[in-house]
Formats: sequence, C-alpha cells, structure tokens
Amino acid sequence: MGILEVKNVNKRFGGLQALGDVNLSVQENSVHAIIGPNGAGKSTLLNVLIGKLIPDTGSVMFDGQSVLGRKPYEICQMGISRVFQTPEIFGELSVLENMMIPIFAKRDGAFRMHAIENSSNEKTIIEQAEHMLESLNMADQRHDNSASMSRGNKRRLEIGMCLSQNPRLLLLDEPTAGMARADTNNTIDLLKQISDERDITIAIIEHDMHVVFSLAQRITVLAQGTPLVEDTPDNIKGHPKVREAYLGESA
Amino acid sequence: MLGLTKKDFNLLLIVVALALLAPFILNPFPSSSGMAQFNAGYPDLMQKFVIFGIFAIGFNILFGLTGYLSFGHAAFLGVGSYSCVWMFKLLGYNVLPGILLSVLTSGIFAYLIGIVSLRRSGIYFSILTLAFAQMSFALAYSVLSNPKFNLTNGETGLQVYADDPQIFHSASAPDLPHLFGLSMRATEKLQIGGWEFQFNAGYYLCAIIMIVMFYLSIRIFRSPFGMMLRAIKSNNTRMNYTGLNARPYTLAAFVISGMYAGLAGGLLSAMDPLAGAERMQWTASGEVVLMTILGGAGTLIGPVLGSGLIKYFENIFSKINSTVLHNWFSFLPDGLEDLMVTLIYPFVGKGWHLTLGVMFMLIVIFLPGGLVEGGQRIKRLFTRKKASDTAEDETAKSTTPAE
Ligand SMILES: Nc1ncnc2c1ncn2[C@@H]1O[C@H](COP(=O)(O)OP(=O)(O)OP(=O)(O)O)[C@@H](O)[C@H]1O
Ligand SMILES: [Mg+2]
Repeated sequence: MGILEVKNVNKRFGGLQALGDVNLSVQENSVHAIIGPNGAGKSTLLNVLIGKLIPDTGSVMFDGQSVLGRKPYEICQMGISRVFQTPEIFGELSVLENMMIPIFAKRDGAFRMHAIENSSNEKTIIEQAEHMLESLNMADQRHDNSASMSRGNKRRLEIGMCLSQNPRLLLLDEPTAGMARADTNNTIDLLKQISDERDITIAIIEHDMHVVFSLAQRITVLAQGTPLVEDTPDNIKGHPKVREAYLGESA
Repeated sequence: MLGLTKKDFNLLLIVVALALLAPFILNPFPSSSGMAQFNAGYPDLMQKFVIFGIFAIGFNILFGLTGYLSFGHAAFLGVGSYSCVWMFKLLGYNVLPGILLSVLTSGIFAYLIGIVSLRRSGIYFSILTLAFAQMSFALAYSVLSNPKFNLTNGETGLQVYADDPQIFHSASAPDLPHLFGLSMRATEKLQIGGWEFQFNAGYYLCAIIMIVMFYLSIRIFRSPFGMMLRAIKSNNTRMNYTGLNARPYTLAAFVISGMYAGLAGGLLSAMDPLAGAERMQWTASGEVVLMTILGGAGTLIGPVLGSGLIKYFENIFSKINSTVLHNWFSFLPDGLEDLMVTLIYPFVGKGWHLTLGVMFMLIVIFLPGGLVEGGQRIKRLFTRKKASDTAEDETAKSTTPAE
C-alpha cells in the first residue's frame, strides 16, 4: 500500500474525458514523477488530489483516509501540501510573515481568533520561521517585500512555506516551468536535499526531462487521461510506448 | 508600551493629543474675525468627527485588511442608533446601556448578514451587502413601523416620548442623555482674548471611546489575526492551500467592523436622542468608503483623517452661501466679483458634494494611498534632504503596514 492510492478515477469535462480510469500508487518517502504531453490530464489529476476538483467516479485515499469531498484547507491539514505552477505566495507581506503564516496554521489549525495578542510576541513562531528561512538561504531577505523577489526565490519561498508545515506529501505542478537554467538547478538541488533529509513523499509534474530524471524514483506516464506505463526512470527512457506517446513528440 | 511598538505608541499619543486638544486645535480663529466660520471647534461637529472616526476605523478593519468592500455598513450604524434610543425609551436617559446594546445588536446583525454575504467575494460581496443594507432601510422606513408593531417609528424617526416607561429615570437625573447624571450637552466655555473654547461632556465621552477603539484597532492590525486578514487580501488561494479556513477570519473581521459601526450609531443617538432610517441609506454606506479611501485604506490613522476631512467639508463648506462669497470678493471690481462668485458658487453650499467629488478624484489619481501617503511623501521629501542613508530604512518600512 502506498501513502497515496488513486483508484479508478474518472473525470469528464463535458464531452472530454480528462481522466479515464486512473490508478496510481505513490510509495511513502519516494519521489514520484507524473509526465505526459500537454492536455494529458496531469494538472486535473493534481486538482483532484488537493480537493479543487471532485472526480466523477473513483477513490483517492491518503494514508488510509479518503480525501474526496474535503475542503482544500482540510486536505492540507491532513498533511498534503501543494506548490503551484506560478508561485502562490502572499505578495503584500514580508518574507518573514509569509513564512510565519503556515507555521501558525500548523500550530493553531484552520482558524484561531488571536486578535489582540501581538504577532511579534510570538517568539517561537518567529524563531521557527527564521530557522526555515536560514535553511533556504533567505535569512537576509526576511524583511523584504515578497512580491519583489525573483521567480526562483518566490518558488523557493513557496516550497519553504509548504515544508514548514512538515507535510507528508508534497505535490509540485511544473515547479521549474518558465525558470532560467540556474534557478531550475537550484530548485532541483533544493528538492533533492528535501527528499534526502526528510520523511517526505514528493509527487511532481514536470515537462523538463532533466528535472524528472535527476529526481524521480518512479515515473508514471499519462496520455489522454490514462496512465500508459509506470516504471523506473531507466526503463521509461527506453520504453517504446513512451517514445511514441511523449518523447517522440519532443525528440 | 501597552503591547505596542514605539512607533505605534507614538501614533497613539498623537491621536490622544489631537482628540483631547481638539477644542483648541479646531478653533484657530477668534470668534469675531471673518474667518470664524472656518472654526470647527464646536461640540456638535467635534462629536461627529470622533463618531465617524470610530465608524471609519472599524470599516478599515474589514476593508483595509481583508480587501472585502462592504457597501452596507450604514445598516449597522442604523441598528446601533435604534438600539440606543430604545434603551432610552425603556430604561432611561443614561447612555451606558444604550451604547452597550448598540454594540451587541449590531454584532448579531453583522453576524447574520456576514454569514450570507461572505459566501461570495469581490463585487458580488459588495452587491450583497448593499442589498442587505437597502432591505434594512426599507424595513426601518416602513415595514417595521406600523401601529401594531412600531420598532422604528418610520419617517418621523425613533425618539423618546413622555409616556415611555424609562423605568430607571429619576427626577434628579437630567431629562436628556447623560452619563450617571453628567449631561451630554454640558459644555464648559473658556474665554481667552477673542477666542472662545468649548469643552463638551458628550464630545469627551466620544473622544475617549474613540481613543480606546483606535488602540484596539492597532492591536488587531499587529496581531496574528490581523496578519491572517492581510494574507486573505494578498492571496486567498495560498491561504486555502496553507490549511487555513478564510471564511471565519473574514466573518470575524466583518462582525468586528459591524460592531464598530454599531458603536458609532449608538453614540450618535447618545449625543442626540433621535434615530432615523436615513442613517441606513446607501449614501451613508458610501460615505464611510470615501472616508477610508480618502484617508488611506489599510493604514491606521487614515480613516480618522478621512472622516475628519469629509465631516469638515460637509459642515463648513455647506454653510458658505452667496452672501458670504460676495463678502469675500467685495474688494474686486463689481464685474469680477460677480464672476468669481458665479465660478465658485457651484462648489460650496449645497454643492459641497461637487468639491468632495473633485477632491476624491484628485486623491485617488495622484495619491492612491490617501492622505497618509501624501503625508509620507512630504516626510520623505524632508528626510531625504537631511540624510541620504535612510533609503535602507524605507525599504524595510514598506513591508509593514504604514502608520
Ligand atoms: N476546468 C476545466 N474545464 C474544462 N476542461 C478542462 C478543465 N480543466 C482542464 N480541462 C481540459 O482537460 C484536459 C486536461 O487538462 P490538464 O490541464 O489536466 O492537462 P495537463 O496534462 O496538465 O497539460 P499541460 O501539460 O498543458 O499543463 C485538457 O484538454 C484541458 O483542456
Ligand atoms: Mg498542467
């Protein structure tokens, strides 16, 4: 049993079968990549996992519990964090505040009324946030406005915000899309370091084969909403079906 | 001090000084001089300054922090006003129960309206709040004012009549709103030279409450709760996927700001025991939006400045009539005098809204951060001349909400 079990998931948008009988099992503490040509249904699958979309049929179990029908914030509180294709951070807040919010959310749950208490008195929260920023090499920027950072740094911050909650499953949707080579490599290093140091499962959608092959232990190839094959990176590279459906297009 | 940073504490001190010394500050011209009509240091107007200051401070907690633009806050103002007058009718003229009940009822009211309105965001939220406020207005104006069940006394407005119970009213207490015997109309006058300064009990009650409410709003702004509200405004998606439920946060902000509005409404009745439905009308809701944006939404002191400015214009500009204008320009040759008067006349008196509109446009276009941004620019102009090494300081400042 994997930490994430997707069984017979179907999702139609009008006449379009975006997901057809998707079965997927992600093993705990592994890095699992999901690849496939444009429109294959990768983002749709991710949206099902985090509660943004409800599938027509099928089940999604995380650590033995169904995620279907739960609100996004509830799924997050279960231990699933998501990094978006364009970094979603709190642009009007400082870098430090960006980091404090997920730590508050982890400690206090989905809602807590602390209206009078001074946030700067929350020494332990600030310490944890600064510690996290240090490990991301962003301690110097903690008082900067987060909106003014580079895309690479925003992505780094977003990943850090997710990690500060100690999620058990981290979902990434094309984390390096539109990034410069240097930023891409930084992100690869960061993700490698995370998966080495922590008990964390990572599921990643990615078009960049360099990123996929340097991180993933398992790869699922999705085509027209259905998983084609699932295997190790080495076997995927040479797989004829994959070449036909995916690599063939870009080669 | 008081759980505030040094900067915030200084800001609080400034507000305290402004509020307590207002009878002097707002009365710069001797009573006999021609400029005396620009004085604002009389009880009636000063009370409005602080009461609408409270209204705008509360509105800013919702709009400034979460970005949810309510077009129906006048409903809470009205509910507060009616509640307070009802306490006068039932219990007697002591203002304390009235003020407390106005906060309570407006809080409940805001909770009910908030639960429904906050199901939507953006423009749909604004429209929902507007619809609720107009419904409240209709209820107050006609529906809840019939012989069988007269809650609001319709067009006439709710007021105290001689045959009302007033069960705690004693012969020794004033026959007007009072606080444990101290009449709200009690005014001490101080004559210095050509100046006459007025110290009004009602004003000082409102001013002290405003200071407390201002302090409370600083605490809310700087609290983790305030940070969450700013996070909602900044990125609601990230908020959800960080495991936070935005709805109760916005609802809490909505209820808090509704209670501020109710308090302001209660104080209006405490100063003048008459509550009319027009207080709930959409123009009143729009006014508090203007006040907040004019002063600087999301800043601490902005709403106070904005409400002061608008109330000043409403009361002072609206009093300038053509006779006054002719007096001003009497030094010009006749033809020119008439020309000047014709040019300016549309902008004063009943036309003061025109001046307000022009001012609002100018500020939104050139100072999107409102009066506070204007003040900051002026301050920056001076500090830059003095020292060039403040640049670092400024970038750090930009990330925390401005004063
Ligand atoms: N909300 C929606 N409504 C209708 N159709 C949708 C919706 N979301 C996705 N689709 C369609 O479903 C199909 C799968 O889309 P999806 O975004 O999951 O693909 P993808 O694999 O992520 O592609 P890409 O690599 O381009 O990001 C596409 O044909 C898309 O147009
Ligand atoms: Mg996609």
